[in-house]
Amino acid sequence: MGEKNSVGIVKAKLAHFTKPLKLTSGKKLPSYELAYETYGKLNAKKNNAVLICHALSGNHHVAGRYKKDDKYPGWWDNLIGPGKPLDTQRFFVIGVNNLGGCHGSSGSKSIHPKTKKPWGSDFPIVTVEDWVNAQKALMDELGIKTLAAVIGGSLGGMQAIQWALSFPKHIRHAIVIAAAPNLTAQNVAFNEVARQAIITDPDFYNGNYYRYKKKPKCGLRIARMLGHITYLSDDAMGIKFGRKLKNKKIEYSFGVNFEMESYLHHQGDKFAEEFDANTYLRMTRALDYFDPAKDYQGNLSKAFKKVEAEFLVVSFTSDWRFSPQRSKEIVKALLDNELTVSYAEVTAKHGHDAFLMMDPHYRSILTTYFKKISDQL
Amino acid sequence: MSAQFRQDFAVIANWIPFGAKVLDLGCEDGSLLKFLERSLEVKSYGIEKDDIHWLNTLKQGLNVIQMDLESGLSGFESQSFDVVVLSQTLQAMRNTEKIVQEMLRVGKEAIVTFPNFGYWRHRIQLIQGQMPVSKALPYAWYNTPNIHLCTIKDFDEFCIQHKIGIKERLILTHGKPIHIMPNLLGALAMYRLVSK
Repeated sequence: MGEKNSVGIVKAKLAHFTKPLKLTSGKKLPSYELAYETYGKLNAKKNNAVLICHALSGNHHVAGRYKKDDKYPGWWDNLIGPGKPLDTQRFFVIGVNNLGGCHGSSGSKSIHPKTKKPWGSDFPIVTVEDWVNAQKALMDELGIKTLAAVIGGSLGGMQAIQWALSFPKHIRHAIVIAAAPNLTAQNVAFNEVARQAIITDPDFYNGNYYRYKKKPKCGLRIARMLGHITYLSDDAMGIKFGRKLKNKKIEYSFGVNFEMESYLHHQGDKFAEEFDANTYLRMTRALDYFDPAKDYQGNLSKAFKKVEAEFLVVSFTSDWRFSPQRSKEIVKALLDNELTVSYAEVTAKHGHDAFLMMDPHYRSILTTYFKKISDQL
Repeated sequence: MSAQFRQDFAVIANWIPFGAKVLDLGCEDGSLLKFLERSLEVKSYGIEKDDIHWLNTLKQGLNVIQMDLESGLSGFESQSFDVVVLSQTLQAMRNTEKIVQEMLRVGKEAIVTFPNFGYWRHRIQLIQGQMPVSKALPYAWYNTPNIHLCTIKDFDEFCIQHKIGIKERLILTHGKPIHIMPNLLGALAMYRLVSK
């Protein structure tokens, strides 16, 4: 089977939904598809399912490899597998690509059922609530009435929160990592710069670049580089790159001089090749709009009144994009409602990206918590 | 601070009503809360700063919030708990006044326990010219976390000065109540406090 503790070779699946999805914006998706993967087995009671929600640039390929020689496994492979914190010998794990995504689920890039052309700019703006509604439809399809847990980091953590709000009876545990109850103005500002980089790219064509066989790569590249700066802490960047020079000397040019630049360019180029700009726009907007307290005069505790799920909230000390303070707001709202909650503030130097790295303590936290969930099955 | 010195659990349990909502500040590995959950079916939350203690509390299946008590209890609403417990941690706090006030803001009642520095064994060691080391205070002067040690008399005065009502007070030595000369003969002081 190759790699130790790996779920091994996996295959993506596609679910079709013909029941229209009513969106928060008031629009309707007449039909849609969701790409997903599963690992492990659904037990007879169908109560061991765990849904993984992805963040901005993630997808449904969470663990394992498609082919033996794939360079990288799924994006949260260090969490999921036999004997790993989220043990696939105990749990049935589901990864799903969200609506508006570009990895197989319906989005701007996919073909409009009527026009038979890419949706492009016509694909509606979707919200975290819409995603969770679509995920619920997928759970219904898979015969899962109640999820043992929903877990996610960053934007994924927001989906875990939304599950507890939208379907309080259908989720037993929410694991909310490096998330926030809404974005700060600074966060919205970062997103807007990223969007402007894309929208003002001459190859954007108002979101209909597919027609012209073009891609707004410059814009997407800048958006991704900006993102990467905010996912790392100043310290982590200092440790990893410092002022190291690419060719050991100052070049007196605007080409790559510093290692830091080289890293950013590499990340930006790779992303601009693989990712879809329309998806990036929509994902950042979903982040901006998420704000469960908005219908309760900004009172998150009131918004959480209907929550029944048990929560594990985790933040990282050096995460300045979704700071521990923001996680504490979530914890407070849960405490105010006398809900079951534990909160860990993990000492980590990697900034927001720490949620994807399994430092030993972070790993122990998740292992312990999933054992608790498993004991309740 | 010592894990072995936990004769206070039974007394604390006596002061907590069945099914109460309890917050334990500096819950260490969650032993007290586990004891209270089993005996009184309390709804409980622990606060713990240390990673290992935090994890051990989680392993007991308890709710545990990782935070530093020195920054107060701002994440907790006023009067949102029936009882807030600070068990043998007071002497290790920097912001002693603030934490007691915060306990009585968040809790309808507060339970504070601490090793009595006025205990005769401690006094003898001081007369002999050395900092006391005992079962209740097992550290040497240079590595002790206990920076705000006090006697029973000191704490009684603290309560008067800060307008804190003492609902009950129990002084123990080797788990037995001490009624005569408690400040001299008592090793462990336990207070049940309310706002005046």
